[in-house]
Amino acid sequence: MSVVIEARDAEFAFGRTPALRGASIAVDAGEILAIMGPSGSGKSTLLHCLAGILVPDSGEILFDGVRVDTMSEPERSSLRRDRFGFVFQFGQLVPELTAAENVALPLLLSGVRRTQALRRAYAWFERLGLDGMEQRRSGELSGGQAQRVALARGLVAEPQVLFADEPTGALDSLTGEQVMDLLVSAAREQGTTVILVTHEARIAAYADREVMVRDGRVNAPDRIAS
Amino acid sequence: MSVPLTLLGLLEREPSHGYDLKRDYDAFFGRGKPLPFGQVYSTLSRLARDGKVVISDVAPGSGPDRKRYIITDLGATEVEQWLTQPVDPEPHLQTVLFAKVVLALMLDRPADEYLDTQRSAHLRRMRELTEIKRGGSLVDALLADHGLYHLEADLRWIEMTGARLDALRKAVRP
Repeated sequence: MSVVIEARDAEFAFGRTPALRGASIAVDAGEILAIMGPSGSGKSTLLHCLAGILVPDSGEILFDGVRVDTMSEPERSSLRRDRFGFVFQFGQLVPELTAAENVALPLLLSGVRRTQALRRAYAWFERLGLDGMEQRRSGELSGGQAQRVALARGLVAEPQVLFADEPTGALDSLTGEQVMDLLVSAAREQGTTVILVTHEARIAAYADREVMVRDGRVNAPDRIAS
Repeated sequence: MSVPLTLLGLLEREPSHGYDLKRDYDAFFGRGKPLPFGQVYSTLSRLARDGKVVISDVAPGSGPDRKRYIITDLGATEVEQWLTQPVDPEPHLQTVLFAKVVLALMLDRPADEYLDTQRSAHLRRMRELTEIKRGGSLVDALLADHGLYHLEADLRWIEMTGARLDALRKAVRP
């Protein structure tokens, strides 16, 4: 397995409050990795640095061997749009758009023609058990349905890496596990690397491996053991 | 709860009499179920027979027993191995884990590392159960869920204990 994304000694502070204190992590292509840790440990900050949303104060972020932390904002923006997908906990769907338009959004932003983008988006509705929901708006969807639409949007452009920050945090146990089951199945089919932030062990158990973030540092027991 | 290993752990702290061992065992690990004197002495006899403790000169203790027990290198090695090995990730192991954490703190061992090792073993077992759940029938899924929820409860205990290690250290090492 080759490493697709990596942080080396990443440090990041919010003002004078350190969030990452020399965090290092390497994720293999196609791997599903869970980042765990208590509230305030720095796990979401690490995900945001890996995804090029935040730039570490020091240290390096590499994607496919290329430094992300030294890229300009427009370069990082296009990297996020073209190579990465995202699923978050709350408020992801644009309420003015239909579910299908929400799913097609990353394709439209990448310049794919509307007809083709919507055709690709529609294919995801059957795949995720959302038949008949295509024209609904976010207010007409249950929490689980909305999160599946968000998952489809995160994967529709076939990203190399999907970043999922507490993707089941707002869902009940059963719905959350259904979303995780779909996420893992779709990622495996596409060969997408998944970096999943969660504080729930049952959700982390869907991953191939877990790392613990504590006080801004990464502890990777499985990698050390092997 | 492994009584022999727990008594050995207490003996690694300092040589002790059977009466004092029972008192410490009951205080830290008994939780309303005092260890019978008979079991204390039969366990110590077996440990002595197996070369894990030796009986030093007879000296006055707090109770009627005069024998003073000292852990041997073999016994200390066994305690070391027991503490460092993760417990099989099965439900209801809190009492064993609890004993390990308290003893590790008493002996100034890295309890946080033991908890990390245990967390890793638990998550590995949870991944196995999740795979069974995803690939099996509904009955398989329900059985797997039963195990998963119990393991998750253990993990929450591990997290809480990890967050309280400093306070716990002060409580067991006055």
